[in-house]
Order: sequence, then structure tokens, then C-alpha cells
Amino acid sequence: MSRVQNVVVGSVRTALGWVPAQWLPGGTPDPLIERRAAIGRQASRLDGPQKVAGEARFAAEVAMDRLVYATLVHSPVTRGRITRLDTAAAEAAPGVTLVMTHRNMPRLGTLPLIGVSDLTAVGNSSLPIMQDGEIRYNGQVVALVLADTQEQADHAAGLIELDYAAETARTRFAEAKAGARTPASILIDKNHVSIGNAERELASAPYRVDYLYRTPGQNHNAIELHALTVAWQGEQLLVHDATQMVAASAAALAKLFGLKKDDVRVLSPFVGGGFGGKGLWDHQILAIAAARLAGRPVRLALSREGVYRIIGGRSPTEQRVAIAADAQGQFTALVHTGYSVMPPYGACPEQYTMGTRSLYRARSVEIVQRHIDLDIVPNTFMRAPGEAIGTFALESAVDELAHAMGVDPIELRLRNLPERHPISGAPFSQHALGQAYRDGAGRFGWERRKAEPGTRREGEWLIGLGCATGSFPYARMPGANVRLTLHADGTATVSCSAQEMGMGTATVQVQHAADRLGLPIDAITFEMGDSALPAAPMAGGSCQTASIAGAMAAAADKLIGELLRLAGNDTPLAGLRAGEVRFADAGIAGIAAPARHETFRSILARAGRETVSVTAAGSMPLEFLKFAMHSSSAIFCALRVSGVTGEVRVDRLLGSFDCGTILNPMTAASQFRGGMIMGLGLALTEETLFDERSGRIMNATLADYHVPAHLDVPEIDVMWTGIPDPRSPLGARGIGEIGITGVAAAVANAVFNATGKRVRELPITLDKLL
Amino acid sequence: MIPVGYVRASSLGAIPPMLAGDGHRLLGGGTNLVDLMRKGVERPSLLIDVTALPATIEEAADGGLVIGAAARNSAVAAHPLVRVRYPILSRAILSGASAQIRNMATVAGNLMQRTRCVYFNDVAGSRCNKRAPGSGCDAIGGFNRYHAILGASSACIATHPSDMCVALAALDARIRVDGPGGARTIPIGEFHRLPGDTPEIETALAPGEVIVAVEVPASPFAGRSTYRKVRDRASFAFALVSVAAGLTLDKERIADIRIAFGGVAPKPWRALQAEALLRGGPATSAAFEAAAAAELAHAEPLAGNAFKRELAKRSLSAILAELAGVSR
Amino acid sequence: MAIMINGAAVAAPGDARVSLLDLLREQLHLTGTKVGCNQGACGACTVLVDGERVLSCLTLAVQADGRSVTTIEGLGSAESPHPLQAAFIKHDGFQCGYCTPGQICAAAAMLREAEAGMPSYLTADLTAAPVLLSRDEVRERMSGNLCRCGAHNGIVDAILEVAAEHAA
Ligand SMILES: Cc1cc2nc3c(=O)[nH]c(=O)nc-3n(C[C@H](O)[C@H](O)[C@H](O)COP(=O)(O)OP(=O)(O)OC[C@H]3O[C@@H](n4cnc5c(N)ncnc54)[C@H](O)[C@@H]3O)c2cc1C
Ligand code: SF4
Ligand code: FES
Ligand code: FES
Repeated sequence: MSRVQNVVVGSVRTALGWVPAQWLPGGTPDPLIERRAAIGRQASRLDGPQKVAGEARFAAEVAMDRLVYATLVHSPVTRGRITRLDTAAAEAAPGVTLVMTHRNMPRLGTLPLIGVSDLTAVGNSSLPIMQDGEIRYNGQVVALVLADTQEQADHAAGLIELDYAAETARTRFAEAKAGARTPASILIDKNHVSIGNAERELASAPYRVDYLYRTPGQNHNAIELHALTVAWQGEQLLVHDATQMVAASAAALAKLFGLKKDDVRVLSPFVGGGFGGKGLWDHQILAIAAARLAGRPVRLALSREGVYRIIGGRSPTEQRVAIAADAQGQFTALVHTGYSVMPPYGACPEQYTMGTRSLYRARSVEIVQRHIDLDIVPNTFMRAPGEAIGTFALESAVDELAHAMGVDPIELRLRNLPERHPISGAPFSQHALGQAYRDGAGRFGWERRKAEPGTRREGEWLIGLGCATGSFPYARMPGANVRLTLHADGTATVSCSAQEMGMGTATVQVQHAADRLGLPIDAITFEMGDSALPAAPMAGGSCQTASIAGAMAAAADKLIGELLRLAGNDTPLAGLRAGEVRFADAGIAGIAAPARHETFRSILARAGRETVSVTAAGSMPLEFLKFAMHSSSAIFCALRVSGVTGEVRVDRLLGSFDCGTILNPMTAASQFRGGMIMGLGLALTEETLFDERSGRIMNATLADYHVPAHLDVPEIDVMWTGIPDPRSPLGARGIGEIGITGVAAAVANAVFNATGKRVRELPITLDKLL
Repeated sequence: MIPVGYVRASSLGAIPPMLAGDGHRLLGGGTNLVDLMRKGVERPSLLIDVTALPATIEEAADGGLVIGAAARNSAVAAHPLVRVRYPILSRAILSGASAQIRNMATVAGNLMQRTRCVYFNDVAGSRCNKRAPGSGCDAIGGFNRYHAILGASSACIATHPSDMCVALAALDARIRVDGPGGARTIPIGEFHRLPGDTPEIETALAPGEVIVAVEVPASPFAGRSTYRKVRDRASFAFALVSVAAGLTLDKERIADIRIAFGGVAPKPWRALQAEALLRGGPATSAAFEAAAAAELAHAEPLAGNAFKRELAKRSLSAILAELAGVSR
Repeated sequence: MAIMINGAAVAAPGDARVSLLDLLREQLHLTGTKVGCNQGACGACTVLVDGERVLSCLTLAVQADGRSVTTIEGLGSAESPHPLQAAFIKHDGFQCGYCTPGQICAAAAMLREAEAGMPSYLTADLTAAPVLLSRDEVRERMSGNLCRCGAHNGIVDAILEVAAEHAA
């Protein structure tokens, strides 16, 4: 964001500070918080039977007549240009329909980068897509081949002859630091925060820690490969895509290809994992363009290597965290600065200082992030961008300080929890990190931890316990729309373009709709994953649930009005106004006089209607500008480190979460666990090997990039405060990303407790513990 | 993948002439070859499926075992005789890859599998003397965490990735081959070659030769032998260092001993020097550590794999102490 | 010859490059078998060949000629699920559902392997039979199937439940 936007957001925040809370959306708590029936109940996934039977259809599984298969060719050069391009052999190869290069690729503009201002801006890269012979990063697509079978396309791709003139590329992190940029904002927050004089406080404090922490690049590695099946029907475009942004993709594609918005349809009912990686990238544009040139439907599934080459991951970082404390353990200085890679053509600032801005109070604060330009595939949002690795640095440092002071690390944290947001001064909407810690510590058995590191041994193994705080901000997206349709038989359909990647979107929203409308779960159908439906926001920022919930609440309000109008005067409800009734028992009832009730069936029957349908958008999400709305967690880890080999085995992991209302304990627990397991990978095994000599990723396979395997994953205990947030729809705050935060630090702190060795560079591989 | 033909070999005798053609290759379970064909590292013109060849596991006259070349890795690991007499082999195989891959992989294919060096696998973007002789080696000065500290050359520092072969090395196995020059037997220690100036030549197999079986001699170590694999993930990862070791005791002295390392060299690394130092000597922690140090004294570590020297030393000392039942 | 796929005879493809995985997904539209890497490294493509779990991505379809292949579609359906499928739902052993068919096929074969006394790297006594499927044993034996959503706990719970029913 620019300085101007900084000022705008800043002044909106200031103005909202004066607005009474009741005037805001969420000003009065969502009444459903008090009246939960289906919500909060354990319900197994509605799409479970399909998924376990292999009947759920993913994007690459749609059958089409005359389908051709695409293969991409990637540049092995990092910077330079193509000097020779010979496609003759490929074109003559068996089965080949088309070879597309920058010579015949249709001329297209570039994608606007993901931003907060324009909801159709969803590009991960603003670089031209196969428009010229320039090479801007290693792995960039230089050609696409279409053939009757995948085998033929793969073979022909290997027959394309290319020469390049290589130029010097910027590929070295340490060297590029000198030219780092300091952006004005990090997402919607001002980047540089300076309160008091932190350096001076550091110098004079009785206790302080001041260290550098390093985290490597990582890749999402959803098991489903990025894929789409695309067909043109005249000027109409149909895209079956694996995407976390159905509606926005459709809008962006329409703009890019100069089509009417309604002529583009993106379908994505199931996504085989996204984690931030399944957005709009070059491959969709290329497949769509090729399908148009060839006049045939196209299937493009990236190879696993292809995913590494053209889908960016988490940026590497180097972070400095310094904390000073007075004799009582009150923080007097909090410094969090650092570098991450973010080329100017990318969208993700890797906001690793976000947690630091809200977790602790300190007399002086110094926070600033710097961006390094490298010639790389643009990095992007990956599960809890910033927070996942920022909490590693911050929460390792807190543990280091606690050790230096001889204070229990939980105690030190509790002493420094803020009453209000430490930087903006805004009140917390709800915040119970202290309780999460106390509950978690009790269940985990924290008291069994030995404060002196390296003192517990069982045979070959050194045992350690550690904990750390996780954090993730609440967000709700503007532009969420939901259509509610009541049918004559008394059932309802909820429709919006939302996406399901495993979060249990449909399951949870059906539970929500059931309670919202006073219907049983089996009377609700949820339609999603289709851009022809009312637009839902992207599944990102852990905000899909709250955003859709907000829209559904708005639609329900509208539906009440519509139903009262239809009901007319010949009804027990006659005379009641919208504010005086609510949904109850498959119909509408007076709030003060519940006996005055009429069912949907009866209202629709009398009005002679098959259906009644309303669409509404959620209110502007002003609540999170007025209130500090943050989820937080206490993560506990028990592990063993081999005294012989340095191998780390995690025995127990517990997450105690403060995330507002938990809508479905089963799917929520799975979300938490899933995030925590990715956190284990972050802590112990995952690293994208970027060869700084060449600018090339060297472990572009699932054999060489180690995501946790079954044996790496212990039983994971999760619990939550469950305290509803009075300012959010349903009292819920989003749970998809917080699970990963804090885990790496909890592991690092437990490793320290086990061995006395402090590892400040992820992943914590055994060589660092020998 | 370039177009490729496919035939099934009906008998052993039929194979050598079939192999004569340019680009003709044997196909076992395909878990390595098919992967490398997709990566463009291997470009055969004809695949000769040898999985119908003998897959028997039989007791030999001398009390050893003869394992057919096409025996699946999982079948070998599960075989009752292997479990009882060669637990080291069983466990080494079970430490490798995944259950699915072990069900597919053949014994011959495992012996012949190629290095997992990431530069070797990167046809489009990296220089590799093994894949393209004379082009250079990008692993030197690059990511070489998985590379060799023993037996490497300035041309190539790749490791042989097999677990099974490490156990076979400790067991003094012999590889039975057949080919244009007739049948012969190659000791496992001579089967895999060090890279020298010709890293593209990986085994002692002559052109046209086919692996027929693996002979495992009778072993006195069954009761005191094991395989330990150290890796970056708890399971389903290649070895950083692995140790296969077996010993027999005569009171407090080591009567006989076999040690082989995986993950540290271009071939399964038989620790002959450590064995010689220990044979006939006392079974003490100090002796184990001294022997391990002596074996690793010749290590030539690089930036990314320097830790392996210490790791190999410690792993070996620990495993020997465990086998000898001495506390450390 | 032919490949028997879920009981139906299918001709082996003429192009030897076609993997069993691509034959299933692209030619037979049996898309329950998934693809996560095409490199043998994720297990999403696991199917049973003559009852044993293998990776269909590294199996050339021609190699399956004369053999019998069971895919997730052959194990059960949404209407009449295999006990493992039902247990996966009960224990929430999946999220996105993409690795799931591979996990279930692998688990089905794994239970039979354990019954037959197949040891694992973790089995302390290699000669012991039958194998007791502890949590650790299941985790080791299932490690060839990656799950990025992190459904591991539920997967293991589901398998242990079915294993217990087997034993009972
Ligand atoms: C993801 C992954 C992880 C792995 N992890 C491990 C691990 O941890 N430890 C480990 O040890 N291995 C591991 N492997 C490797 C695996 O063990 C080998 O791929 C397998 O053993 C090869 O056997 P195959 O029968 O499939 O060989 P194929 O791929 O069929 O063939 C391999 C080579 O052997 C040749 N060949 C086959 N039969 C004969 C014969 N009779 N005579 C002469 N040459 C022959 C072929 O021509 C080819 O060159 C892993 C593999 C993968 C894909
Ligand atoms: S180490 Fe060997 S295999 Fe690897 S790049 Fe160098 S020459 Fe090639
Ligand atoms: S697709 Fe076969 S193992 Fe990944
Ligand atoms: S459920 Fe998504 S990868 Fe396992």
C-alpha cells in the first residue's frame, strides 16, 4: 500500500475510534452467539462420503470431448533473453496440436497484483506472461505444447530448441540486502513503528536478548497439483480450476481477456489443498490462451517440478529480535526488524512483524520490515504468511530472555500481555491468551518441565519441553455475497462462490444456516465453488468463514423482510415488524411472543410461491478497524533429541487456542492440527533449496523437499477457550492459519530445553544439534 | 519421455541378445528407471521387463541364501530365513523408501539404482559429469548435504542411495551375473565403482550383462547385527548416514566384525580399516570410538556435508556399543 | 491378455509410456486415484495390484497386463463404503480429500500385510508373528502416503479402529 493509503487507513481508524461501538457492524453481538444449536456441534463433513470414495471431482478430472493436454517448458536461465527458438521438431511430433511461445501467444496485459483496494486484483505476479523473449526468473514458462495425450505433449516439449543469452541475475540474499527497500506499509498497517528509543532502552536494561533468526524459503506443496481444464464456447470461457479464489479469478480473467464478466465461469467445487498457493498464476492464463488458439479444450496439470518453478512460496527471512526487560520482567524495549525477499512484481510482503505488533506491551518499540529484490518467481502468501515465521523469531527470543532471567517463560509472557492493542491503543474485541496459557499448561503438564536445560535424559535421548505463543489477526472481507433461497417444501439453499479446500466450508456454513434460519441441518443445501453464484471472497487470511457468515446474516435479515411481505395480513405474524421477529422452528416467530409463528412452507404456499430468494452482501468490515481483533494460542511441545545423532522426535504437541466461537469442533480440531503439522515441517524439515549461484530451486520434488510424513507426526492435542468474539459474525474469528503459528518456536524452545543448544535458523536439522 | 518400446523377457537366456540394441534397458519395478525417464535423465528406446524372471529366495548348500534378481524388496525383507538369519538385511530394506515402493522394487533394480544427487536429476538446469561426462559438477560448491565424504573424486561426489546394498556389503554378498561373456560372480565390494574420472561408469556390470541373483553367504552375525539409518525425516527419506554392523564376541573380545556405511560414499562403504582395528581387540566404547575415528580420518568433507564425519563416527560407536552390550 | 481393473478387463495401452495412473485417470476416467507428484514420493496414486499396494505413477500400464488392479472405486462407494472409508469419515481422517483414496488403498493393503506378519523398520523383533499394530507401527507403515492438510491423527485413528475390528 502507498503512503496515501496509509493515511486513509490511519484516519479511518482514528475516526472509528470516536464512533460508538453499537453503530458498527458487530456493534451488538450476533444474536446467534447465544442461540447455537447446530453450530458448535460435532458434525462430520457433508462431502466426506464423496471424498473417501474418490468421487469428489477435482479440476483435472473433468472429462471433455476433443480434450488436448498441455505441457510447459521452463527457462533454466534466471535472467536474460531467448536468442534462438526452434519449434519445428515439436510441431511435427506425433499428436501435437499447438506449440505456443511468445511469438504466437496472444497479446495480453498484465495482472493487477493482489491488493486490498480492488477485489478483482488477484495476481501473484505483475510480470508479462509470455509476451516477449525476456527471461526474468529461473523457471519462467517459455513455451507450451498441446497434444492429444499427455505423453505426446511431454515428449514434444523436450523437442523445442532454445538458446538463451544469460545476463547477471540478482540471486544472493546477503548481497541484495544493501539495496533493500523499506515500504511504507505492510498490508494495511504502517510498516515502520517507532515508539520511544528502543536502542537506548536496550543498552541500559538489566536484561536483554538481541539475536538474528533465519528462516528459509518454503513451498505450499498441496498434494493436488495446480491444474485446470478449460474450454472456450465462442466468446464464453469455462474454467475448471483448482483455485482458492473462484469469483475473483473469474473477474480478473474477464478483464484480462477482454470478456464480459458473465461470460467467464470458473468452477472449483473441490480444491486439493491450497494454503495460499492456489491463486491466479501464469499457468491458468497460458492454458486459456492456448485453448483459444487451438480451438480445443485444454487440460493443464503442472508437474510437481512445475509447481516449484512457477508458483512462489514463503519468502526466506533474516529477522532481528531484541527484547529488554527491567528487574520485574516488564519489557522495556521490543525490536523486530528484518529482511525478506519481495520482488517489485510480487504481492506478498511476508508480514513477519505482525504478531509482534499485538502480542506484548513494551515501553519502547522499533519495528520495520525491509524488502529485498531478487530475480525469482514471486513469493506469495503461504499459510499464516509472516506470522508463521515471525512468531518463530519473537517467541524464541522471549524464551531466551526468560532463560537469561531465570523466569518461567509462561510467567514472563503473562507479565507482558497488553490490556489494549500496544500500538494502536484500540481495545481488544476479546482476548484471552492468558487463559489459553493457563488451560494449556495444566493439560500439558508444564510443571514437569525442568528449567535447567539438558538435564533430562532417557537412554540415548534428551528430553525437552517448550512453549510459544501463536497469533493471527481477524479479518473479514468486504464484497462477500450470499443468496438464500427458501423452497416450497420448507428447505433452503445457500449459494455463494466460496471454495472448499478441506476447511469444511460447506459443513460449517450449513450448520450456520440451520441455526440462522431455524431449520434442521438436513433441510439445507449449500452450493459453492462456482463463479456464477453470488461472489464470495477468496479463501485466504482465514476470513472465508466470517465473511460468508456476515453475508449470510445480512441475507437472513433481508429474507425476514421479504417473508413478512409475502405473509401479508392473513398470518399470526400480522402487524409484526422485521425487528420484532426472528427465525424459529422452520419459520418465523415473534421475539416477544414466540407463539405467533408461521412456517416457511405455509407462507410460501399461501403466497403461491415455489421459492423465495434474496441475495445480500455483508456489511463493511469496519469492526476490525475499530477493535483490535486477534486470535492467539499457546503451543506446547514435548520432544526428544538423540544424544548420538541429533535427530529430533516430537512426542507431544498441544495447542490451546483463543479464536472466538468454534463452529464445528471436529473440523476445527482438524484445521488446528493441520496447521500445527505444517508448523512441525517448518520447524524441523522443510526448506526450499535455492541455489544462489544460479537462482534455481534444486529440490523441486516431494522426495527432496521433506513435508512431515506420518511417523513425524505425533498425537496432537487441541483445546480452546471458545469465548465468542462479540464483534464478529457468530463470534468466530477464523482458524485456518493460526495453527501453524508459534509451533516452530515451541519446538525450538523445547530443543533448547532438551539440549541447551539454541538453534536460530530453521529448519532444526540434526546437523545443528551434533 | 521419448517413445519407448516394451517387451517382457520370458527367460534369462533370452535377455543378453535383446540387450544388444542401442538404448535397450532392463526394467524391474520401474521405481527408479521410470522416474528418471520422466526426468529425461534416462532415454531408453526399448524396455525389457525382467520382473517375470526368477524371484525365488532359496537356501544354498553352504547355508547361505540365493535371492533371485527379480525378487521384490518387500518379499526379501519378509522372508522367514532373511528375518531369522539376516535381520540386518531385512531391516535395511525396511528402512528404505515406502511400503509401496518396496513392493515394486526388485533386488537387481535396487542394486542398480542411481544417485539421488539433485543436480544429476536436473537435466535442464545443471551440469553433471555423471549424466553428461565432462560437463562439470554443480554439486561441488552447491547443495551437497546428501553427498559423499569418502571415496569421492573431483569429478563426482554423489552417493549411492541404497539401504539394501549397505547390508549386502556387510554380509559379503556376491552378485551373480550373466551375459555375452558368460556367467560370473562379482563380490559386492567390487560391484559398485568409485567415480574417479569416469563417474558415468557406476558398476562392474559389462555391457549386455544382466544380474541373475544375489548370493548371501552364511553369516555368524545374525544374533548381533543391526541396521541404523539416520535421516532428515523420521521415515520415507534417504539416509544421511546409515550403518550396518554385525559382530561376534569371544568373552570380552571381538571375534569377528563387519561394518558398512551408507550415505557417505559413492558406494556402500565397507569400513575395512575399522574392522581390522577391532577384530580380536576388546569390545569397549573406547575401542569403538577409536576405530570409528580411524575410518573417518580420511573423510573429505564439503561445506554441506561436513557434519557427516561426526555423525558417522557417533552412529558407528553407538551401534557397536549396543551390539556388544557395553554401556557408553 | 488384459488388465483386470476392479473386475473389468481393459486392454493395455499401445503407448508403453502411459502409466497405470494415466490409464486410470485419463482413459478410464477412474479419477479416484490421485496424482501428487508422478515421482513416487507422495503415495496419492496408490492402488492395489494383485492385492499389493503399489504406486500407479511409476507403474507402466503395460506392466500391469495380466494382473488385477483394484482402485478406490473398487474398494467401496459413497453409498456402500468399505469399513476404512467409513472410519475415515468418523475420525475426520482427511480435509481436502485429495490424498485420501491413496491413504485408504494403502491402509487396506497394510492391514493385510500386518496380518501376514510383515515386519516394519520399527518392529523390534523381526521374527515375531503376528505383528501388533501399535500407533507407531501404523505411522511407520503409512509414511509413504503424505498428507499436506495434516489429517494424520485422524487417519491413524481410523486405521487403528478398523484394525481392532479385524482382530476382534
Ligand atoms: C520416493 C522414493 C524414495 C526412495 N527411498 C529409498 C530409500 O530410502 N532407500 C533406498 O534404498 N531406496 C530408496 N528408493 C529407491 C528404490 O529402492 C529403487 O528405486 C528401487 O530399489 C529400484 O528397483 P526397481 O526394480 O524399481 O528398479 P528399476 O527402476 O526397474 O531399475 C533400476 C535400474 O536397474 C536396472 N535393472 C533392473 N533389473 C536388472 C537386472 N536384472 N540386471 C541388471 N540391471 C537391472 C534397470 O535397467 C535400471 O537401470 C526410493 C525411491 C523413490 C522413488
Ligand atoms: S555429484 Fe556426481 S551426480 Fe551430482 S552433479 Fe556432480 S557429477 Fe553429477
Ligand atoms: S503420484 Fe505416485 S507417488 Fe506421488
Ligand atoms: S486431506 Fe488434503 S492432503 Fe490429505
